[in-house]
Amino acid sequence: MGLLSLAIWTPIVFGVVLLALGRDDQASAVRWVALIGALAGFLVTLPLYSGFQLGTAEMQFVENSMWIERFNVNYHLGVDGISFWFVLLTAFINVVVVIAGWEVITHKVSQYMASFLILSGLMIGVFCALDGLLFYVFFEATLIPMYLIIGIWGGPNKIYAAFKFFLYTLLGSLLTLVALIYLYISANGSFDIATWHALPLDQTAQTAIFFAFFAAFAVKVPMWPVHTWLPDVHVEAPTGGSAVLAAIMLKLGAYGFLRFSLPIAPDAAHEWASLMITLSLIAVIYVGLVAMVQQDMKKLVAYSSVAHMGFVTLGFFIFNDLGMAGGIVQMIAHGFVSGAMFLSIGVLYDRVHSREIASYGGVVNTMPRFAAFALFFAMANCGLPGTAGFVGEWMVILAAVKFNFWIGMASASALIFGAAYTLWMFKRVYLGPVTNHHVQELQDINAREFVMLALLAVAVLYMGINPKPFTDVMDASVAGLLQHVAQSKLH
Amino acid sequence: MIDEISWITIFPEAVLLAMACAIALLDLRAQGPLRGYTYTLTLITLAVVALVEGFFASTGLTLYGFGNMVVADTMAGWLKCFATLAVMVTLVYGRPYAAARDMLRGGELFTLSMFALLGMFVMISGNNFLIIYMGLELLTLSSYALVALRRDNAQAVEAAMKYFVLGAMASGFLLYGMSMLYGATGSLDINEVFSAISTGHVRHQVLVFGLVFIVSGLAFKLGVVPFHMWIPDVYQGAPTAITLMIGGAPKLAAFAVTMRLLVEGMLPLAIDWQQMLMLLSIASLFIGNFAAIAQTNVKRMLAFSTIAQMGFVLIGIFSGVIDGNTISTANAYSSAMFYVVSYVLTTLAAFGVIMLLAREGFESEEIADFAGLNQRSPLYAGVMAACMFSMAGIPPLVGFYAKLSVLQALIASGQAMHIGLAVFAVLMSLVGAFYYLRLVKVMYFDAPITASEVVAGADVRIVLAINGALVLLLGIFPAGLMALSAQSVLQMLGT
Repeated sequence: MGLLSLAIWTPIVFGVVLLALGRDDQASAVRWVALIGALAGFLVTLPLYSGFQLGTAEMQFVENSMWIERFNVNYHLGVDGISFWFVLLTAFINVVVVIAGWEVITHKVSQYMASFLILSGLMIGVFCALDGLLFYVFFEATLIPMYLIIGIWGGPNKIYAAFKFFLYTLLGSLLTLVALIYLYISANGSFDIATWHALPLDQTAQTAIFFAFFAAFAVKVPMWPVHTWLPDVHVEAPTGGSAVLAAIMLKLGAYGFLRFSLPIAPDAAHEWASLMITLSLIAVIYVGLVAMVQQDMKKLVAYSSVAHMGFVTLGFFIFNDLGMAGGIVQMIAHGFVSGAMFLSIGVLYDRVHSREIASYGGVVNTMPRFAAFALFFAMANCGLPGTAGFVGEWMVILAAVKFNFWIGMASASALIFGAAYTLWMFKRVYLGPVTNHHVQELQDINAREFVMLALLAVAVLYMGINPKPFTDVMDASVAGLLQHVAQSKLH
Repeated sequence: MIDEISWITIFPEAVLLAMACAIALLDLRAQGPLRGYTYTLTLITLAVVALVEGFFASTGLTLYGFGNMVVADTMAGWLKCFATLAVMVTLVYGRPYAAARDMLRGGELFTLSMFALLGMFVMISGNNFLIIYMGLELLTLSSYALVALRRDNAQAVEAAMKYFVLGAMASGFLLYGMSMLYGATGSLDINEVFSAISTGHVRHQVLVFGLVFIVSGLAFKLGVVPFHMWIPDVYQGAPTAITLMIGGAPKLAAFAVTMRLLVEGMLPLAIDWQQMLMLLSIASLFIGNFAAIAQTNVKRMLAFSTIAQMGFVLIGIFSGVIDGNTISTANAYSSAMFYVVSYVLTTLAAFGVIMLLAREGFESEEIADFAGLNQRSPLYAGVMAACMFSMAGIPPLVGFYAKLSVLQALIASGQAMHIGLAVFAVLMSLVGAFYYLRLVKVMYFDAPITASEVVAGADVRIVLAINGALVLLLGIFPAGLMALSAQSVLQMLGT
């Protein structure tokens, strides 16, 4: 069994065992098993890092065996510089999320932990799959645990949120399924993604395929104007669910653009790049402004996610290596930062049971240690140099300026809005005098919460100070992808 | 003539017939409210028959018997094997349910089920219009009686009446169509009808006239729009065990008859029946899915969902390409077969859970009755959720591959309009996802109305767990069942 299979199936096996054997009266044992499962899942991804060959765009750690013979579907796994970091990121976030749900979840603990473990394995599968159908199976299967996570452990309006999440994203992916089948038939019965990359397609087919993929991936990212599900879902999802959603699930969509839309339909991608850039800029600027007026912390961070993901798609569609690498770096950084932001909100919510900014004020007086973490993550969210948030945004803006000064200019304005909404929220929640007795009674974070936030803080700081290991891994693959996308498929 | 009889072709049917009669007599010795003796005998008989059929199917032989009136090929073997297993599972789930409703005072449930199964066997193996019709009548007459088995229940009797009247009409349609074809081609034998049509000397109008009636009759049996009106009423009115008996295994037989009549008998008329099936399919997908949303009764909801699912099966059947290319034609038909088999598997588990939750004097038919099932029994909630996600076509459950194969067949047929149709079909399955998800929501997100334990006998528990596991496992390893369907259909087309 290869390393990637281990990375996928270790958490899933632990999850299934928890589902089968976990009992509600043994919550503590269940939590420990879940933590061991998440840690094991993370540890098996570490040899990937030591074994990864830099400087090549080839797939590595490839596993390939026949899965469904009749449709020529293969269990074909591999990672390149584009997908590599997301495998580690997913496994890492999974550990954090298990810790985050430790005492907070008291109802159906085994199902909760199992959902997250299985979800994590499925998402790693999405990043590793080199077969179109295998990708789709993993991509869609993630809906089931996430639906249950939102619906069972979510907030008051959880049912609306769970349905909106499921149906909204299912609509997009069903259209993608039609495109996948079309490609399968055009490629004379092959679901192999590499074969699809080389497949010549005419302009009409490329446009249709591009938009079919767009339906799934733009909804997942989410790009403006199909982002409306995200704030609703984030608000109602439990803290862990929000963290995974923002940190990993949104990246599935962005990753889909890189693996499918761009290389399979390069001419359509070039043709519609201006549309994509426009949508990205709207996300960056307009949604940034929308974030500013939110009263609800989770909604604010949700809109901020949409704005940050706008940088990612902007970076992809200006077609230069700095922009694309910047987009990927931004995806990783946003994984750490948005995860941390949601977990911080969770810390407050667990104590006060309110997400309204107005319910807080002066938290720094009662929770100084926590406020320090929160300030650090807030700074990372507005892209302070030295934090992870800076690197990707800076690369994308630089690339955008190179591409077109005004686009660069417009995207850079987002740094101002980002600072405005994040710091204004920070000011209203944390600074000033203590405003009410809830805040007065707050207890500072305990050891568990400290570990959880510290893990993320270290990651954010490390990536901010030393982004080179991250970009080194992806350079060759990004260059390879751009070279591929630059060649027209029309002849 | 006598040397053409070839008894071996109907060996399983003979066993089934003999044992059905014997069990009807031996049932006199059965005691206890659950009729354990009859039950065990029936299950043993069915297990033997299923084994024999499975073994026969795996040999890959094609045998004709009784002067070409019956055929035993790989497709027949597998479909009969699955139908037998489906009836067994139905009886396992249905026995405690039936006993609690005073339906086990005699052993009719078992005997009639065996006769219904025999009818399915004859339909599946029939190679002659009259044989197919006979099998169909044996199946439907047994089914009418089964629906009316709870004779002091007004709802069940009403359902039986409705089923009988509409069913008789549909049989009439089918028979009328068959007689037209007989008149035009001069033969009842499917192979000879095929040859006669292929010559091109038979008047096309007459053939199409007969074809319309045959398609109507089949559409009724499959339960597709606009011949679907009986499905919701009968599904809801019949005792749940009987609903499963009607809604499970017979779909396999209906699929087989469709294959025999339309493909084996009237492939040269494919241009005509493909269009009819396409319209039926579009209407079924639309009406089935939208009507299911409005239902509050689970059985009624599943009835409309069945209509929609059969719409998908029809997609597989009408997507067969007719250009002499048997590989792509087989591709389409085998996707339909895979769809039907996985549909039956999922339906069995779903109805199994419904029956499990029903208690004496309580039917557990409303969606609200499933509230908080996850709190009461995570296992059964899990099985039901797997069924719902599977019917909605979410991977990695078996229903996804069923939808994938039919959509693949549809797009592979290479017509631009078919891509539009594929988009329509996936949009309809999005509508479908809504009501399937609603049941999951009720089970997982709502608080339970009652905290009572869900009790079940060991046989029900084990079979239901295996059934639920199969819905998932066949989703993770679908290759075997797909290969089996492909091989069955290829062999049928090859002969």
